[in-house]
Amino acid sequence: MAEYWYYADGFEERVQEQLHNNPEAEVDLDFAIPEKDFNTAGKGSSELKNLLKRLGVDSDVLRRIAVASYEAEINVAAHSKGGVMKSAVHDDLIHVRFEDDGPGIADIEQAMIPGYSTADDLVRELGFGAGLGLPNIKKNSDAMHIVSDIGSSTLLEFFIFFG
Amino acid sequence: MTLRDIVALLEAEVLYPEADLEREVPCAFASDMISDILMCTKEPTLLLTGLTNNQVIRLSDMIDLSGIVFVRGKKPLQDVIEMAAERGLPIISTKFTLYRCSGILYNSGLRSCKI
Ligand SMILES: Nc1ncnc2c1ncn2[C@@H]1O[C@H](COP(=O)(O)OP(=O)(O)O)[C@@H](O)[C@H]1O
Ligand SMILES: [Mg+2]
Repeated sequence: MAEYWYYADGFEERVQEQLHNNPEAEVDLDFAIPEKDFNTAGKGSSELKNLLKRLGVDSDVLRRIAVASYEAEINVAAHSKGGVMKSAVHDDLIHVRFEDDGPGIADIEQAMIPGYSTADDLVRELGFGAGLGLPNIKKNSDAMHIVSDIGSSTLLEFFIFFG
Repeated sequence: MTLRDIVALLEAEVLYPEADLEREVPCAFASDMISDILMCTKEPTLLLTGLTNNQVIRLSDMIDLSGIVFVRGKKPLQDVIEMAAERGLPIISTKFTLYRCSGILYNSGLRSCKI
């Protein structure tokens, strides 16, 4: 399996510590993301943002979480056979995992290049397919991790700290 | 500038009667690409677009949109209009092109959003 990690400056240790300690989340929130269902797509991210807003997360952090989550959710709907979104809200951070049923990403480095897209016509007609989703997730998160290969599933997860 | 001023400048139609037109609009952004819109909206922003599907309303759950102007005579379907109404998101439609709308609003003093 190919693997990609991105850490914003100073976050590698915090994220690795989080993964190592694997503490129980304060709140867990899961959503199904059906393939090519653009009526449902985005609802998970919208609900997640509502929850975090109620919990008092700062508005700029909220926007970053919502944008990263929405881009990842749309990618599962647009490019995969469907999957799930699993959010774990901790005291000081949010960890969101997107797991799908394939077909996987052949070359993750290439997929990360701004403007690279394999989106089909249906997806483009809706305004997606700019090839900026993965760069947008990277830009808005403190850490981002992708595990994928052609012919297998894709895992994308990101971490955003509240303070 | 308020949305009411913008409706007048663009000779626009308000797409549901309860839309709040007194709202101050600080800046605007124009695009038909969802990722562009997400990347460039960090403050309350008026969106000008030719996209009319439900995801353009869904966007307003993620980022702070002051309202949406649908250009070139485009109008979303009724269920999409209802999604906007539920959120209290003002939406208007104009016959003018994206280029013309942008020119009119810019000349009238509506600044470009900070990106
Ligand atoms: N979950 C996924 N499964 C398979 N391929 C994906 C997935 N997410 C992204 N990709 C691939 O990465 C490319 C770039 O993604 P992105 O930057 O979000 O741009 P866009 O979605 O606009 O195409 C996609 O076009 C697709 O080829
Ligand atoms: Mg994408």
